[in-house]
Amino acid sequence: MEKSKKKAAHPLDNLLRTDRIPHIWCAGCGIGTVFSSSLIALQGSGIDLKKTVMVSGIGCSGRAAGYVKLDSYHTTHGRAIPFATGMKLANPELNVVVFSGDGDLFAIGGNHFIHAARRNVDLTVICVNNLNYGMTGGQAAATTPSMAKTTTTPMGNPEQPFSLPLLAFASGASYVARWTILHTRDLTKSIEEALLRKGFSFIEVLAPCPTGYGRRNREAPLETLRLYQERTITRNGAHPTEATLDINKGITVGKFFEQDRPTCVEMYDRTCRPSFSQESA
Amino acid sequence: MKYWRIPFDVDEIQTSRGSVTIIEERCKGCGYCIAYCPRDVLELSDRYNAKGYRPPAVKKPEACVNCHYCEIICPDFAIFSEELPPDAME
Ligand code: SF4
Ligand code: SF4
Ligand code: SF4
Repeated sequence: MEKSKKKAAHPLDNLLRTDRIPHIWCAGCGIGTVFSSSLIALQGSGIDLKKTVMVSGIGCSGRAAGYVKLDSYHTTHGRAIPFATGMKLANPELNVVVFSGDGDLFAIGGNHFIHAARRNVDLTVICVNNLNYGMTGGQAAATTPSMAKTTTTPMGNPEQPFSLPLLAFASGASYVARWTILHTRDLTKSIEEALLRKGFSFIEVLAPCPTGYGRRNREAPLETLRLYQERTITRNGAHPTEATLDINKGITVGKFFEQDRPTCVEMYDRTCRPSFSQESA
Repeated sequence: MKYWRIPFDVDEIQTSRGSVTIIEERCKGCGYCIAYCPRDVLELSDRYNAKGYRPPAVKKPEACVNCHYCEIICPDFAIFSEELPPDAME
């Protein structure tokens, strides 16, 4: 193959800070796939990338902000959503994408998540869920399945995990979906939809963390993908209460919910500065 | 191409063809592209890159249908496909 010899340009190179590639994510880590799918969606959606920002918190997934060649912010732990909200309020023209992990968005930043969803802040929130705290050594997180082994639950996790789609739905998110990294096409389409719509859109993406979670639960990277392949059931429109995430009962994926309602900025303008919203209308 | 049921319009439909490129120095050898290419185009190579990973190699270039699956599933931006004119390989 002549081609692999000369310096080949990947079609996403124009959206990557290529001087930082290869990235730090481990071999087989699913974050890279979610990231690549997000970049394809950004490219395909046709939105103005000069007016698009990516905001991440802390953790392995939080590194994404450092690899995307857009305006991007690597913020403090758990605070991606408040930074993103601030940006959106200050400049409502921006397309604001939050790309972060389950620990950052739902444990440390859990409160920010529910309130941004409640207010329907116009954000696209992509959450890489790898079921544990990968960066710090594979500790149990708010998403770790019951009985799963982590460094802090060597006998199995005695707790119940959050159901992220249900939490997002109950908090008021106006778009809720869950995919795995195996569902590349659905995932990319979902992110594109979320980018193009108004309101708080939430997409959970299950992704292997072979170094943290995988190693302790006997899941080699390809084994995790096989589980996704065998155990996922696509049910678009399923009620979020029925979206299971259980190796034995099955993993429900799909676009669960979409309903337009006024965004945070629209409600604020309408209520608190009616003259302003009439001028700009 | 192998079918489980021959479509009626198989003679009229042109399957797209692709050419797949591997950026070996970016690869981390996870094998996702090899395992999930729907046309079994790729295999593990016998080479190691500078980081000590074994990148994939193209086993059946003519079988690639340019579906881009490998391109998205690859967590490392190390593989992509490009469209070839339909008769490029005949
Ligand atoms: S520790 Fe886990 S989440 Fe972090 S880069 Fe490695 S595989 Fe990915
Ligand atoms: S583009 Fe599709 S058919 Fe071609 S190598 Fe990649 S996964 Fe296989
Ligand atoms: S998916 Fe990417 S990183 Fe993994 S083996 Fe294939 S080219 Fe290498």
